[in-house]
Amino acid sequence: MEMDTIAAIATGLSDSGIGIIRISGERAIEVGNRVFCTPKGKRILENAESHRIYYGYIVGDSGDWDVLDEVMVSVMKAPRSFTAEDTVEINCHGGVLVMQKILELVCRSGARLAEPGEFTKRAFLNGRIDLSKAEAVMDVIHSQNEFALKSSVSQLQGSLFDKICGLRKELIYEIAFIESALDDPEHISLEGYPERLHDKIESLNQQISSLIATSENGKLIKEGISTVIIGKPNVGKSSLLNRMIGEERAIVTDIAGTTRDVLQESINLHGISLNLIDTAGIRYTEDIIEKIGVEKAKKYAEDADLILCVIDSSVDLDESDKEILSEIFYLIRDKKAIILLNKTDLQQVVDEKMIEDLFHDMMQCQDTNDKKNMIFVRTSTKDGSGMDELEEAVKKMFFSGMIKSNSELVITNIRHKKALENAYESLNLVLQSIEDDMPEDFYSIDLMNAYTSLGLIIGEEVNDDLMDEIFSKFCMGK
Amino acid sequence: MGQKVNGIREQVDVCVVGAGHAGCEAALACARLGLETVIFTVSVDSIALMPCNPNIGGSSKGHLVRELDALGGEMGKNIDKTFIQSKMLNVSKGPAVHSLRAQADKADYTRAMRKVLENQEHLTVKQAEVCEILWEENESIKCVTGVKTYTGAVYECKAIVLCTGTYLNARCLCGEAITYTGPNGLQAATHLSDSLREMGIQLRRFKTGTPARMDKRSIDFTKMEEQFGDERIVPFSFSTDPEKIQKEQVSCWLTYTNEKTHEIIRGNLDRSPIYAGIIEGTGPRYCPSIEDKVVKFADKERHQVFIEPEGIHTNEMYVGGMSSSLPEDVQLAMYRTVPGLEHCKIVRNAYAIEYDCISAKQLYPTLEFKAVKGLFSGGQFNGSSGYEEAACQGLVAGINAAMEIFGRDPLILDRGESYIGVLIDDLVTKDNREPYRMMTSRAEYRLLLRQDNADLRLREKGFQVGLISKEQYDATLMKKMMIQKEVERLKNTMVGANKEIQSFLERNGSTTLKTAASLAELICRPELSYEKIAEIDKEREAFAKELCNAYAQDTSSLPVDVIEQVEIEIKYEGYIIRQKRQVEQYKKMEQRKIPENLDYDEVPSLRLEARQKLKEFKPISVGQASRISGVSPADVSVLLVYLERFK
Repeated sequence: MEMDTIAAIATGLSDSGIGIIRISGERAIEVGNRVFCTPKGKRILENAESHRIYYGYIVGDSGDWDVLDEVMVSVMKAPRSFTAEDTVEINCHGGVLVMQKILELVCRSGARLAEPGEFTKRAFLNGRIDLSKAEAVMDVIHSQNEFALKSSVSQLQGSLFDKICGLRKELIYEIAFIESALDDPEHISLEGYPERLHDKIESLNQQISSLIATSENGKLIKEGISTVIIGKPNVGKSSLLNRMIGEERAIVTDIAGTTRDVLQESINLHGISLNLIDTAGIRYTEDIIEKIGVEKAKKYAEDADLILCVIDSSVDLDESDKEILSEIFYLIRDKKAIILLNKTDLQQVVDEKMIEDLFHDMMQCQDTNDKKNMIFVRTSTKDGSGMDELEEAVKKMFFSGMIKSNSELVITNIRHKKALENAYESLNLVLQSIEDDMPEDFYSIDLMNAYTSLGLIIGEEVNDDLMDEIFSKFCMGK
Repeated sequence: MGQKVNGIREQVDVCVVGAGHAGCEAALACARLGLETVIFTVSVDSIALMPCNPNIGGSSKGHLVRELDALGGEMGKNIDKTFIQSKMLNVSKGPAVHSLRAQADKADYTRAMRKVLENQEHLTVKQAEVCEILWEENESIKCVTGVKTYTGAVYECKAIVLCTGTYLNARCLCGEAITYTGPNGLQAATHLSDSLREMGIQLRRFKTGTPARMDKRSIDFTKMEEQFGDERIVPFSFSTDPEKIQKEQVSCWLTYTNEKTHEIIRGNLDRSPIYAGIIEGTGPRYCPSIEDKVVKFADKERHQVFIEPEGIHTNEMYVGGMSSSLPEDVQLAMYRTVPGLEHCKIVRNAYAIEYDCISAKQLYPTLEFKAVKGLFSGGQFNGSSGYEEAACQGLVAGINAAMEIFGRDPLILDRGESYIGVLIDDLVTKDNREPYRMMTSRAEYRLLLRQDNADLRLREKGFQVGLISKEQYDATLMKKMMIQKEVERLKNTMVGANKEIQSFLERNGSTTLKTAASLAELICRPELSYEKIAEIDKEREAFAKELCNAYAQDTSSLPVDVIEQVEIEIKYEGYIIRQKRQVEQYKKMEQRKIPENLDYDEVPSLRLEARQKLKEFKPISVGQASRISGVSPADVSVLLVYLERFK
């Protein structure tokens, strides 16, 4: 509604090749300039020509030279843009994560997250869209709002909803207390209250910051569980990937080390979304290109939520297998792994017990409980046997909460995260006011802002909450 | 049958029905704007009666009185003439919530206001009960033509302001004893409700209550805490000279209820008309009866009781905090458990009162009925509570009745500029289920809406309306100018990190400077103030002299009210700027007007609930629409887009 500067991902939020982040409003160029620079590190957008495309980087605001993405950026000055306002468009690589990161940065740099349909609305209000299309525009605004509301609410799991409600309840109580004391100073005293409030706010802020931290888990549900397939060359990793996605994507040959780069694919397994990453085999090698691949694979394994480790069970475990397994034994301290004993179509020489023994030999000082994070499945990627068991194992791990408990409080949405961050900021301002010895009536301004921000997450407006709280909790005079 | 008919037929401009706090302001505003005005009251002796608490102002209500005064109302001036104790509340808190409250001598207050009314040119005071609103319908638009009194006299007029307070079909309850009277046993108005219903106006029942009054001689004040007034008295009115009102003040007294009191109440709840279900009206939650307090806040061991004088010519004392509708014998027993009241004698019993009023959603923000042209209303009749809330509505209704007659733009105050704006917007936009009382928490932008700057905010509007003289307005402009100049100077005057400054800072427990700073920056520090930095502010005196001389004032220091503003503006600048920005955003939506005749059925994509609500409330702006419960942000967007096409 306000004609401030807004931003949003203009393309769909999917892993398409290219994504566009659009910023529109009076301060669009200023915001764009804060996040974009040329390869030489120059901030040039303030002087950029309209309707020309510039190459460079999106650099984070962490202080270090933290390149988020390599992008093409164009500036369209008012009124020659879709919204008829100054507009900056960032063409970036379309990964969901990258786009979200850039959008978050843009929002931290002075833009506000656009409401659904807001670009269209502005375009219309600024006379860019034909008046005859007014009804269509209204429908769009409406349906997008309804959709956003529904999807936003449905993303809220019961526990998160309860959590936010709980936080708001505590906030409104404090606001009501301050307000009733202001309205009825002769009945209600604020003596010693600022200290109490300070403690309270600190505890609330702790809860909020841990909610913000779960936003990384939020990514998990939305984008799928990052799953990495590792194993030494030619044990059937790429075949496994192909089996799981049902199409020939990876190049499968009998020559060890064919998969030089990383292949990535999303699959949906009984409603659980897996991001499968096939890596080049990990093994000791002098081949430089392959060595890079091996390092990458290790790194992916470290970043993954779930590791699928493929072992050729038709031959004895060699040094490469042992090296990989030791890596996995180490990693299962805090993540899950499925060990696939592959090639069951051939004579078997390796079994589960051998690997468990290896675990005990190698990891003498490690907690044997970690073993629970490792499940064995016998498969043949050649004839497809064991694939059902594999899916079952993944499913079981997920739903039993072994991978990541889905009952955890999960913030799935940038909007939610932003709202939490705003609430956090507002509460910090309250702490600041208390420390600065400001009068109590100033606290309630920022407390109310925090309350409103949290309300955005659960789709609730303020209305008469405060009055109801004041009258029901505090005995006013007269 | 040739029945004889009262042949009195007079022609005036405005009829004001009721002479309480709303009616007085409405009538004075119209008469002062030159319109022939009649004010009707059931009893001339009850003009500006204070039938409940003996004070004016208090948290946020003090703001209302200040604003009323800035616009040209009378209440502030009247209480300045008749107060017997004055106190600025919340002084330990921020400037936005400082609020003035004065104990009134009730009889003096009534007498003084009556004198003003009786001596006002163009104004006639008439003791009569108005029984009927006369109206006609032209092209399906209802329009008032006059009023008719119980005795049959007809007053033709162009506009009517209804300020019937708690008198319409009033019913007082004191336990099992029920009387059909208005407050204080005054005659109720029993006929007007039917006439209003016939016009299609919907009425509802509200209730409120008042505590007992006691004989001062029966109270033992040694068992209570004495509550004094302020040493330095601040007047309500911007036109009152503070020096002229410094006077001897009387005290109030504080005592508490106890477990015994609560026991008696709990044991007799079945005899309370509210708990026995005899009262049907909705009472206010912010002003609960002692029965309510004991039931709803059962864990509280005691409640405060304020004993306040009703005046200096009477022995009656008001028992604040213990309003009740319990029967007389229970009241007496209950009051006598309170320390200091053991032997109390009740002069007037506590009672609850029920009355007819409207839901103000039938009104425009001008306080004119949407369905009847020329019919305005203000005060408790609109579903509010409190003398100050009533007075403010009365003034606005009166002004707008006059503006309509003159064919001029109405006065609509918004939430960003005044508490009065908040009050009226809340009344006409929200579904209020109880008598509405002003509270500071209702004002979103309260940092800007301070009692200390009501003149700076509203004098101009009062001047435009015609209730504020050119002279008064010029004085406000001058004050504004002085504030602005002095703030500018303090921002631009830099002091360096020299020895004198550093030692000054050390002496005042403030951190020393590393680089030069402006005087304004120093004032911002919590431990410093405008006054404290005087010794390092070398140009202050000369500048003040020059500034004052420019306005023909012979003094070497700026007026205290100017300094107060300068200090507040500098100290809270960050917050003030933030709120000002919010107000700008808010105003954008207020300025998007919705045509009166907009057919919401023609607006596609509105949700059903929103459509119904919009049709019912007929908001005047998109801003007002957005505050109606049941209208979502998406509906507001849809509306905006539709209006754009409509344009």
